[in-house]
Amino acid sequence: MWKNLKDFVLGLGIPRLTIIGFLGFLFAVAFATGLAIPPLIGDSLRRVGMAGIMVLAMLPTVRAGIGLNFGLPLGIVSGLIGALISMQLDFTGFFGFFMAVLLGIPFSVISGIGYAWLLSKVRGQEMMVGTYVGFSSVAFMSIWWLVLPFTHPEMIWAIGGSGLRSQLSLRNHYGQVLNNFLSFEIGGMAVPTGLLLFFALFCVILYYFFRTKAGLAIDATGQNESYAIASGVNTKRMRTIAVVMSNVLGGIGIVAYAQSYGFLQLYTGPMFMAFPAVAAILIGGASLRKASVTNVVVGTLLFQTLLTISLPVTAQVITGDITEIARLIIANGMIVYALTRGSGKGGR
Amino acid sequence: MRTKDLLIKNAVPIVFAALSILLVVASQMDPLFLLQEVITRLSRNSFLVLALIIPVIAGLGLNFAIVLGAMSGQAAVIMITHWMTTMPADNTMLAIFRWQGGLGGFLFSAIISAPIALILGWLVGKTLNAAKGREMITALMLGFFANGIYQLIFLIGIGTVIPMTNPRMVLPGGVGLRITVDLFNPVGRPIRSIGGALNNLILPRIGMIRIPVVPLLVVAGLCLFIYFFMRTKLGQQIRATGQDMYVSEVAGIKVNKIRVIAVMFSTVLAAWGQLIWLQDIGTLNTYASHEQVGMFAIAALLVGGASTKRATIWNALIGVVLFHTLFVVSPVAGQRLFGQSQIGEYFRVFIAYGVIGLSLALHAWRTKKL
Repeated sequence: MWKNLKDFVLGLGIPRLTIIGFLGFLFAVAFATGLAIPPLIGDSLRRVGMAGIMVLAMLPTVRAGIGLNFGLPLGIVSGLIGALISMQLDFTGFFGFFMAVLLGIPFSVISGIGYAWLLSKVRGQEMMVGTYVGFSSVAFMSIWWLVLPFTHPEMIWAIGGSGLRSQLSLRNHYGQVLNNFLSFEIGGMAVPTGLLLFFALFCVILYYFFRTKAGLAIDATGQNESYAIASGVNTKRMRTIAVVMSNVLGGIGIVAYAQSYGFLQLYTGPMFMAFPAVAAILIGGASLRKASVTNVVVGTLLFQTLLTISLPVTAQVITGDITEIARLIIANGMIVYALTRGSGKGGR
Repeated sequence: MRTKDLLIKNAVPIVFAALSILLVVASQMDPLFLLQEVITRLSRNSFLVLALIIPVIAGLGLNFAIVLGAMSGQAAVIMITHWMTTMPADNTMLAIFRWQGGLGGFLFSAIISAPIALILGWLVGKTLNAAKGREMITALMLGFFANGIYQLIFLIGIGTVIPMTNPRMVLPGGVGLRITVDLFNPVGRPIRSIGGALNNLILPRIGMIRIPVVPLLVVAGLCLFIYFFMRTKLGQQIRATGQDMYVSEVAGIKVNKIRVIAVMFSTVLAAWGQLIWLQDIGTLNTYASHEQVGMFAIAALLVGGASTKRATIWNALIGVVLFHTLFVVSPVAGQRLFGQSQIGEYFRVFIAYGVIGLSLALHAWRTKKL
């Protein structure tokens, strides 16, 4: 028992222990300075639900041996197209939200297939190429946001009459619909039930997907490619499926994120959204080669809670906003740590 | 046949040259203005782009971590500017800093930034050795990580841990540096910092065009240095490491050490490159000046025809001219062609990211085929 615990703690690694320690410390400070903790936890839950699906998007590519999907912004901009069409057609409420999700999927599938093809050509450098696929897709779509023929007056710039705004308010469309679904409050802690259920739904789907034949084939592709081929798995196809899945999850993730945030962020908004998602799954215990739904849930909980409570807590002690800085250091530090670790196939 | 080979080999710069010419024509820009812009940018950016060459030859790929070098340069500029704006007028050091219109301060910041850059470069090199085969993504993430540390030091640390009172540079609350720090030295006023320290030394005018001779000479000097350095024993070892790590290891080259040295070189050069850049711009955007350094330098190098495995001095210089021509004309061309300069702005951002992505993909593709 004691030995198991010791193994578990050592297995967490220094960065994860530091993050857990830091989180504990923040809670202690919050408690000592008399901050109301329940609202903080409620906020954290909301942010877990917001970010969760985008973290989940990391899972298929890691399992397929492609590594972390740094090209997440590609899926995000594809999903945004669906969200915009739903808005243009003036769909509201739950219908608007689900139409946004559904209309985005064809775009994510198409861009995902192209992305998967590219990644199959650059084996071993998928993460680097993916990063720049993400960046350039955001820059490329920025041009299109200016010229696409959207006409809804709430979407385009009031002056000039063309080009999408950089932040589109969803208040009159489908803002907060998931958050408000079955939401309740206990002792000052607001629980966004619908949002959490939506995230949980995708966790369950992915969990069971990796128990189906296709899921196991993806696993086999990632673990030992030649063995997978020998057992009759079409590894190329499995890798494509994994990338498309990840891309689609990115698209759905951004719609869930935006409805909670209340705004669609266009132009450079999605540029750096892959990094927090990558960091979260790594904080949850994943590596470049191994990841599970548990890693996603634990990582998102730890990372988002840390980000949520660090602002109000540190504001009690020092002046200046440390949240953004903490996010940069923790997220990117975690990614660097994971990259320098373990048996990447890039190690030649 | 020879011409065809030559065309294929230089496909990237040729395509970008064609694109530049098209956009220049479309923008109907005053050619003299454009020439002035390109010369200024050549003197301002080339040093940073050249800083990328040695790691490429050493087989580390494109060193996105030159951002850390740029940060070292900025740290030095912050120190020098602080001293130059707070020292009593009769201080001897101040006289040295103000020598030749701030040249003393400039040289001094070059000296201070070197050890910082060497230490950071050593750390980067060690980290990249632990991530062989994934150097570029690791370097990129290291740059983002270091940006967090940089902000922690200069936004939170100044005024709390690091005592510093200087209303010119510190935010009104007394904690954290201002978003912009003025380095410019207006004519006839006392010299406050390193703004224009190199540019103003010799600034002849040919017709309407001002030519910053000294930065251009420094760039030429660096080109010569790299040329001769690659022919020394150390340079040859770096080249061998880049060609094949295992053969080199067997041949008795300490591969890991060579790789760290290559990164340290690059980081120090980047620190100095950032100093040259800052003295030209004249304003330090404390939290933003360094951020895009890696991306723009790398995009310029690639536009010049370099790959992640091969880079020459000419790639760097041609790349700077082509990339920055595109950079100057694309908003104007966007305005002329679509009536929206923003399209051009996003177009150039897309070019910067796209060219890096494309070149990485092409290279990875080619390596796989071999």
